[in-house]
Formats: sequence, structure tokens, C-alpha cells
Amino acid sequence: MVQLTPQKRQLLLRTVTRRETSLLIFTLALIIAVSIHSPRFFSVTNFNDILLNAAILAIASIGQMMVVITGGIDLSVGSGLALSGMLVGLIYKNDYALNPFLALLLGALIGLALGSINGLLVSKAGVPPIIATLGTMSIYRGLIFIISKGKWVSAHEMPDMFIHLARGHILGIPNLIFITIFFYGIFFYFLTHLKSGREIYAVGGNAEAARIAGINVDRIKYAVYTMSGFLYGLCGVLWVSRFASAQSDSATGFEFSTVTAIVIGGVSVFGGTGRITGVLIGAILISIVENALSVTQISPFWQLAIQGFIILLAVVMDAVMKNRDRKTVVRGQQV
Amino acid sequence: MGNYILELHNLTKRFPGVTALDQVQFQLKPGEIHALVGENGAGKSTLIKIITGVYQPDQGQILLNGEPVSFAGPINAQQAGIAAIYQDPTTFVELSIAENVFMGHPILHPKSKRINWQAMHNTTKKLLQELELDIDPDTPMKFLNVAERQLIEIAKALSLHSKILIMDEPTSALTIQETKRLFDIINRLRASGVAIVFISHRLDEVFELADRVTVLRDGKYIGTHNINEVTVDKVIQMMVGRPMHEMYPKTTIEPGPELFRVENLTRHGDFFNISFSLRRGEILGIAGLVGAGRTELAEAIFGITRFNQGTIWLDQKELKVRSPHDALSAGIAYLPEDRQRCGLVLPMNIASNVTLSILETFKYRLLNKPQECLIAQQFVDKLDIRTSGIMQLVRNLSGGNQQKVVLAKWMATKPRVLILDEPTKGIDVQAKTAVYGLINNLAAEGLGIILISSELPEVICMSDRILVMHEGEIAAEFERGQVTQEQILQAAIGRRQLEADVS
Amino acid sequence: MSRLVRRWEFILVVLLVAVFIIMSRLSPWFLDVRNLFDATLHFTEKAIIALCMTMIVITGNVDLSVASNMAMSAAVMGVAFRSGMSIGAAAGLCLLVGTLGGLFNGIVITRFKLPAMVVTLASFSLFRGIAYVLLGNQAVTGYPYQFSDLGQGYFAGTIIPNQLVFFAVLAVIFGFILHKTTFGRYIYAIGNNEDACRYSGVPVDRIKLILFTVSGLISSFAAVLLTSRILSTRPNIAQGFELEVITAVVLGGVSISGGSGTMIGVVLSLFLIGFTRFGMSLLNVPAQVMTVLIGCLLIFAILLPKLLDKFAQKSSRSA
Repeated sequence: MVQLTPQKRQLLLRTVTRRETSLLIFTLALIIAVSIHSPRFFSVTNFNDILLNAAILAIASIGQMMVVITGGIDLSVGSGLALSGMLVGLIYKNDYALNPFLALLLGALIGLALGSINGLLVSKAGVPPIIATLGTMSIYRGLIFIISKGKWVSAHEMPDMFIHLARGHILGIPNLIFITIFFYGIFFYFLTHLKSGREIYAVGGNAEAARIAGINVDRIKYAVYTMSGFLYGLCGVLWVSRFASAQSDSATGFEFSTVTAIVIGGVSVFGGTGRITGVLIGAILISIVENALSVTQISPFWQLAIQGFIILLAVVMDAVMKNRDRKTVVRGQQV
Repeated sequence: MGNYILELHNLTKRFPGVTALDQVQFQLKPGEIHALVGENGAGKSTLIKIITGVYQPDQGQILLNGEPVSFAGPINAQQAGIAAIYQDPTTFVELSIAENVFMGHPILHPKSKRINWQAMHNTTKKLLQELELDIDPDTPMKFLNVAERQLIEIAKALSLHSKILIMDEPTSALTIQETKRLFDIINRLRASGVAIVFISHRLDEVFELADRVTVLRDGKYIGTHNINEVTVDKVIQMMVGRPMHEMYPKTTIEPGPELFRVENLTRHGDFFNISFSLRRGEILGIAGLVGAGRTELAEAIFGITRFNQGTIWLDQKELKVRSPHDALSAGIAYLPEDRQRCGLVLPMNIASNVTLSILETFKYRLLNKPQECLIAQQFVDKLDIRTSGIMQLVRNLSGGNQQKVVLAKWMATKPRVLILDEPTKGIDVQAKTAVYGLINNLAAEGLGIILISSELPEVICMSDRILVMHEGEIAAEFERGQVTQEQILQAAIGRRQLEADVS
Repeated sequence: MSRLVRRWEFILVVLLVAVFIIMSRLSPWFLDVRNLFDATLHFTEKAIIALCMTMIVITGNVDLSVASNMAMSAAVMGVAFRSGMSIGAAAGLCLLVGTLGGLFNGIVITRFKLPAMVVTLASFSLFRGIAYVLLGNQAVTGYPYQFSDLGQGYFAGTIIPNQLVFFAVLAVIFGFILHKTTFGRYIYAIGNNEDACRYSGVPVDRIKLILFTVSGLISSFAAVLLTSRILSTRPNIAQGFELEVITAVVLGGVSISGGSGTMIGVVLSLFLIGFTRFGMSLLNVPAQVMTVLIGCLLIFAILLPKLLDKFAQKSSRSA
């Protein structure tokens, strides 16, 4: 972009790539350690599995990331995802031969509607994000039971073409990977090169200053919840396609996986910072841990506890870092 | 006259309980530096907020280039070419300098509507060069100090091509070198035709920089003068509105034996090697600029924060203060500067506020309504708090009466040492006089009082002794009656040090 | 303000009466004293947790980990019992674990000055995870029959369930502490202005620590009652309780941003929700519909005061 002075290169190293590089190193170390312990972990098929499992989490985490950057949180990710998946599943169950891509679009639009409810509650009605999305989390989950009458939509009720959506390959590369790369590309561009994308950071960094700078804070807040909805709606369809079933308890607790992925990826729970590349690595790392637990025969039930622990650790680290930054500035004053 | 870029006619703004501005006039010419002065609570900040569109006036007219305008919000004022730089810069600490400068109005590629990072980087670099700031525009804001952040705010205003620039106490946190550099920049801006509204407590700065000065007092317009037609004393008189001795009814009390002493108190980055002692019945003034470490020192003595080295002595016994609770039980009370945030629980009533710090003396830790009311009523009477009753919510009291409630809360703890941090900030003149009276009474009862204040007449007239802090150290000490505002200011801005450096 | 609060509790009483009238019209089994008493069994565990939650929300905080803490402490109790510990000792261990869980929350919140919401969201996942680690997907059963008396039995030969008696006693204690002691005054003061409290020498951190620890203790007590009532322990017990508890607290007139609310309001709202649920179950309305309703109620309860405020502002501006 521009020529790098040594000073600037150092700064870049320190502030921009630190989280991602240390994450990558940690990830590699983990892969090596697990591979030594159980060699069958280190295989192309297993890595393929890991990436496929990470894909849906990675896409949904983009939405969560944008919400958290504005200083909010979206707890309705899991149930919103399951609801849009179930609705699309029910369409197939009732023998409508919906084009898979239209199904994907439909799911995304359902999610968009669900997310915009959150957005309205937070931006227009001023309901605290955690309460608003806690409420819609249980509403959406309850709705799944009601519309499905507690029954599953299973593989034989879906056309192969639909199942192929998430399970198929193009040129030997799984569709899911393509879709993930596509959305990461779009949102990377959005968050780094477009005005609205940068305004998300401004709103989370200092809402009052953002308002003074002429940014429509409410509009941005509304937009992030809606985009989060769009993404988890899309993920709902992919989820049903990949697992070839829609159940009323699908993706329970998935919102915590997304929160874990983004805090691992370096998004501050206090808002204002976080980069999409970190989130991608965070999602993959979670998938590796999950996979490693099963490969090494450790109880898969550790997953939840580990997630909670990681969130806690990240939050505490954030707080400590924030304190340190503040001290740096105070010291700077005295010079 | 004519040719004003901005004119305000008969501006009135009321808030519940107070008229913040009453028929105020203000005119600004292009290419002038117009100082706006007045005591705390005179209405300066309300006036600024109306100009920048944060508030809308209840009455009056705003003319911009002769055209009547009304700003629905800050954005409208910004688009009309008005930029404001506030005391504490409002920045996005995690984002880069370039992005901070252009937040809200980024440079875009004409076709793709993509942010043109390269252009923003280059333009910012140019702006920073103009401001003689040698920092890479991609540096995150959090690595900058306050002075640098203030310059970034100016860069932001320049990037908007603002014709009117409002600076609210821009020098309050700056060192003397930084202030000098800022003045150079302001002078250059004036030469390029920008109209500047300059607000400062420091009259020497006003006289050094401004072309004209407008004085406000208690929300009223007092007058506007060319700076070469007035003297400092004249401006002070306009600000205060009466001779000084009437304003500050200091009674003479013969100080008793030593009550309180701090030795070599240090907290890295905030204050260094502070030692002083305080006698019974003595009022010890502490002057200094904002950011000189006065509040930090007081908060450390009171146990809000910790200090790294040094000792605190009360009645010749060393105190270990780990929390405000410890300080209070030892007999030290601290009236914080920010009354609304730190002093009061606004949605609660007077009685609850007055007893908040003595609840643990209640029998069995049970709420005793009659006892509470008795205590509260006693202070309402003693301090002459104007209220409909002790069950009135503190939120609905005027600033002066609110401050009296805070004082009552501390008096209820029966302190031996009372630290007052800007006790008359933002309250009207009558209430000020009442607060001074109370301070005198408390001193007469034998309390030791530490009075931290940025209002020099207040410190000079009320204190028996004055310490001046500069950059975390005690720069000078003066006895009562032997000091002028000038001398205190010199010490506060570190000029003595500078002279020493030169010689 | 006190007038509004009074009015809120008045609304709750009216709603409660309305529920009684409507439900007794719709179902002949509703207005039966024994049925009504038994119906309380379905919500007393949540109600007990709501008592401490009320105090926490009034300070402007929230504890999202209560249900997970129940699962964790119940799981410890189950594992201890399965490995041969006496039921009494196991229950004691359960209380200890719950208390430690709450203490842990409190320490992290006060030590690192973190928002309670974020910390308890993390322990929400952590505690539940520990329950799963301890039990996997198994259940502990085979608790002695006498143990069931605690959660299923009736008080001294009456038709009043033991659980309801526990709740009544605790409600009186918590109500007394909140409204009649200096500790309660501190709770309100912290919720209205935490900074001013610190500057006034109020031991803010100690109070928060106490509240979150008690929240843990009381959650584990609810876990003992729940285990006694259903005589089994699974890692997924009490899922979603935190949502219902917070809903009840907010519906009871406690401001989610802290500073105001009363214990009597929360008790009323607990009974309102509990009896509505009971009536719906008599009418064979599925539990999932109730979940949806609870979620709507929560949002509605928060929206309503805001809308009223807006309305009041508008009418005062036009006046």
C-alpha cells in the first residue's frame, strides 16, 4: 500500500498482526501435539472435516463479530439459525421442489427478518442487546417447536440436490469452503474499504464521538443485527443441508461458539476492535479443538466448559490490556 | 461594523430550574480570535453547544453570513463549516489517526465508493505537517498523548475546511511548550481567515492571543471589547461583577497545632514527592492547572486510588488508607470535583444522600427513618438548603443546593480533614458565597481544610496558605496576602522552571 | 416515582386477579386450593433464585449463570452421592460448590472491573460445561425416598408444600434486607450511581461480592430442591431458568438498568407467571408456547416503561 518505514513496520507488527500470528502459532502447535498423540488426526480427510465443521461457524461468526464490535451481543444466533433451517426444511418436507440456491436465499431472508427484529429492539426501542436477544432466542426456539410440532425433517424428505448444496464439491473443493471464502471476501471488503463498514468500528469505539462525527448510530446498530440475521439464516439452510436433518434442538448453544470464535480471534467484548481474519482463524481453531477431543478420545462434553473458560480468559485479558493501554497514554502525557 | 460570519441575537436557553442563557449577544468576524470568558456556570459551554447544534435555543436568532440558520444537530453545524474542539478530545482510540481525522467524511474513490486509504493517508500527512506533528498517520490513536490528540482534532477541523473553529479550554492539559506551539497554529489559522472562538480560564492567554473578548456572567451578556481597550482587572471585574473582598468573606482564624501531614507522596506518572502539613482551622489552597495532579493527589489521600511511596499522618499517627472507607473512618473526607457523577445519587432523596456515608453507624445496620430524617433536617436547616423537604429528590435541586447536600454528607461523617475539589464549580454567585461561609465555619470549628481550585481569586482570598502544583510537583508555596494571581499562574505554568532552564 | 412503582404493583395485582377469573372460567380444575398449592412446585425453585437476582439487578448487574450453577452443583451432588456419600453430605457439598461458583463470578467481576453480564455469560457456559464433564449424558438416580420429602413433601401435615414455605421464609428475609437495612439502601444507591457510592465510602466491591456469592448459594439450594423433587440429576437440568428468572424480576417492576424495584413486585410477578403457566397447562397448551410467551413478556416488560416515558415526554412537550 505504502512504503514501510522501519518504525511503521514495527508498529504494524505490534498492533495489526500480533493476535493473528500468535493464533497461527498456537494452532500449529496444537496440530503437532495432537498429531503426535494420535497420528490419524493428521490426514487430509480429517483436515477436510475440520474445515467443513468450521465453515458454518465461521460464516455465522462474521455477524456476531459485527454486533460485538458495536458493543452489543447477539444471543439469538443458534435459535435463529435453527428456525430458518427448519422453515426451509419444512418446505421440502411438504414436497415443494425448491431450487437449492433459492432455498439459500430464502433462508437468508428469513434470517434477515429475524435479525431486523433484534435490530429494531436494540436501536429503536433501546432494549439492552443481551436482554433483547435473550428474549428473541427463546421466542425463536419456541417457534421452531410450534411450527414443526416437535418433529424432525430427515434426510429422506429432502431432495438430493438440496443435500448436495453443502456436501457437494466443485473441482474437488467442497462447496461449503467456496461459500465461506465468498462471504469472507465480501465482508472483508465491506469492513475495510467501505464507509459503513468503518462506521461500525466508530460506533463501538465511541458512540458519542460517532454521533458528533455525523454517523447515524441507530442505523448502524440496526444494520449489524440485521446482517447477523442474514448470515445465520443462510447458515441455517447450510446446516440442514450438511447434516441432512432439521431438528427443533439444532444448534442449541451455537451462539456461544460464535462468541468464543470471535473473542479468540481478537474481537474485544468492549467493542471497537476486531478483524475478520482473526475471526476466521478463531472458528477454525474451535473446530480443531472439537475434532481433537474426539480423536484423542477425551469426552466431547469438555467442549462447552472449554468454551466458557476461553471466553472468560479472553475477557479478563481484554480488561488487563485495556488498563495497560490507558497507563501508556497517561505516561505519555508526562513526557 | 457588519461583515460578521456568525451573529447570535438575544439567545435564551432554559433548563429545568435554571436559565442558562438570558438574552445573550455574540458576534464573530472572519479572521479574528474572539475570546469568550466568564466564571464556571456563566453559560459559556451552553453557548458553545448552541453554536455547534447540540442544543437548540428557546429564543433568539443565529445568523450565519447574515442568513438566519437553525441547526437540528451537530452534523448540520459541521456541514455549515463550524467545528468544535472540546476539552477532552472525543476520539476513536483503536483507530488510526487518518481514520480519526476523516471519520464521518472519508475520501472515497469516485466510482467504486471505496474508501481511498491512500488519499486519506496523504492528506492527513499533509495536515499533520502543517501542524508540525511528526507522527505516522497510520498510528492508532491510543498511542498519542492528550496534546497530540488535541492537534488531531484541529486536523479534523481543517479537513472539513471549517470557517469557524471553537476551542473550549484547549490549553488546560498542555505543557507550556505545547501551548506555545498551539498558539502558533491558531495564529496561522487566523491569518488564513478562519474565525476562532477561544475559551480559556487563563486571562494571560486571552490577552496574548485574542482580538476581542466577550464576557458572560450568570448566563447574561456583560459586554464585548477590543482586547487593547481593556485591562485584566477590568475583565475580572466584569466576570465577577463586584469587588473581590465582598465575594470572599474570609474570616481570620488563628490556626491551631498541626493536624495532618503527608510526606513524600508519590504515584508514578501523576504526582511526585508531595509533602505538606495542615493545621487545625487552617485552609490550605492548592492551585495549579488542570492535569497538574491535584485531583490525583486528593484521590490518593482519600483512598480512591493508591500511591506508590510516602506516608500520611493524622494527629502524629501514620494512617494506612486503602479505601475511601478507611479514610472516612480516620476522619478524612473528600468532596469530588464532579458533583453529579461522584458526589450525589441523583435519583435518591436528600435524606438518603446525606446519610449515605454514615449508614454503618446505624444500630444493628437497620434503616431508622426517624433518625435519618432528624439528621437530614438538621443539615438542611444548618446549611440553608432550599428544598420542599428532605424527601425531595436531589436531582430536582439547583446546583448550589446540590453542592450543599454533598457538603452535608461529609459534615455528617464528622471529619477532621476536609478536602474540597473545585467546591464552587458550576454554582451561582449566591450559592458560592454561602459555600464560602460554610468553609469558614468549618475552619472555625477546628477542621483542617484543603481547598483545590482553578479559580484563582477563590484560592487567593480563601486560603491561609497556597501550594501551587505543576506537572505533579509542588512548584511554589505562598502565604496569605503575599501573592498575586500573576505569581500563581507563573508557578502553575512552570515559568519559573523555564527561566531557570534559560539561565 | 414512588407513585409509578405503586401503580406497577397495582397493575400486577389486577393482572393476577384477571388470570384467576379467566382461568377459572376456562378450566374447572383451576380454582382448587390443593391444585394451586401444588402448582407452586413448578416455579418455587426459580422464585427462590429470583429473590437474590432482584437485588443483583437493582445494583445494575445481572447473573446469567444461575441455571448453569444449578446444573454444576447438582452434578457434583449426583457424582458424590453415586460414589457412596450420604445424601446429606452430598447436599452440603452441592451448596458449597454453588457458593464457590458464585464467589468465583464475584471475584472476577470486582477484581477486573468487568461487566457482570459478560462474566456470567462466560460462566453460564463454563458451569454448564462442568456439569456435562461430570455426568456426560448419564443421569444419576436412586436417591433415597426420604430425600424427596424436601422438595415434594408438605409442611407439617398441611397442604402447603415445603418448597413454598422455604420460598416464603426466604422472601421475607430478602425483602427485609432489601427494604429495611442499610445493606439494602446500599443496593439501591449502587444501582443509581456506583461512582458516587465509591466516593462515599460504600464498600461497593464487597457488596457485589456478597450478592454474587449468595446468588451462587441460593442457586445450589434451588438445585437441591429440584433434585429432591425430580429425584434425578442430569447435566441439562434447569436449562433456560435464568431467562425466566430475569423475566420475572423485570416484569416485577425492577429496572434492568438498576436503581429501582421492590421485592413485593417481584413476588407478585412470580405468582402471575407461575399461575398463568399452570392455567395454560390445564388447557393443554404446550410448554414451547409458554417459552415463546415468556420471551415476549420479557421484551414487553422492558419496552413498556420506555414507551410510557416517551409518551409522557410527548404529552408534556405538547402541553
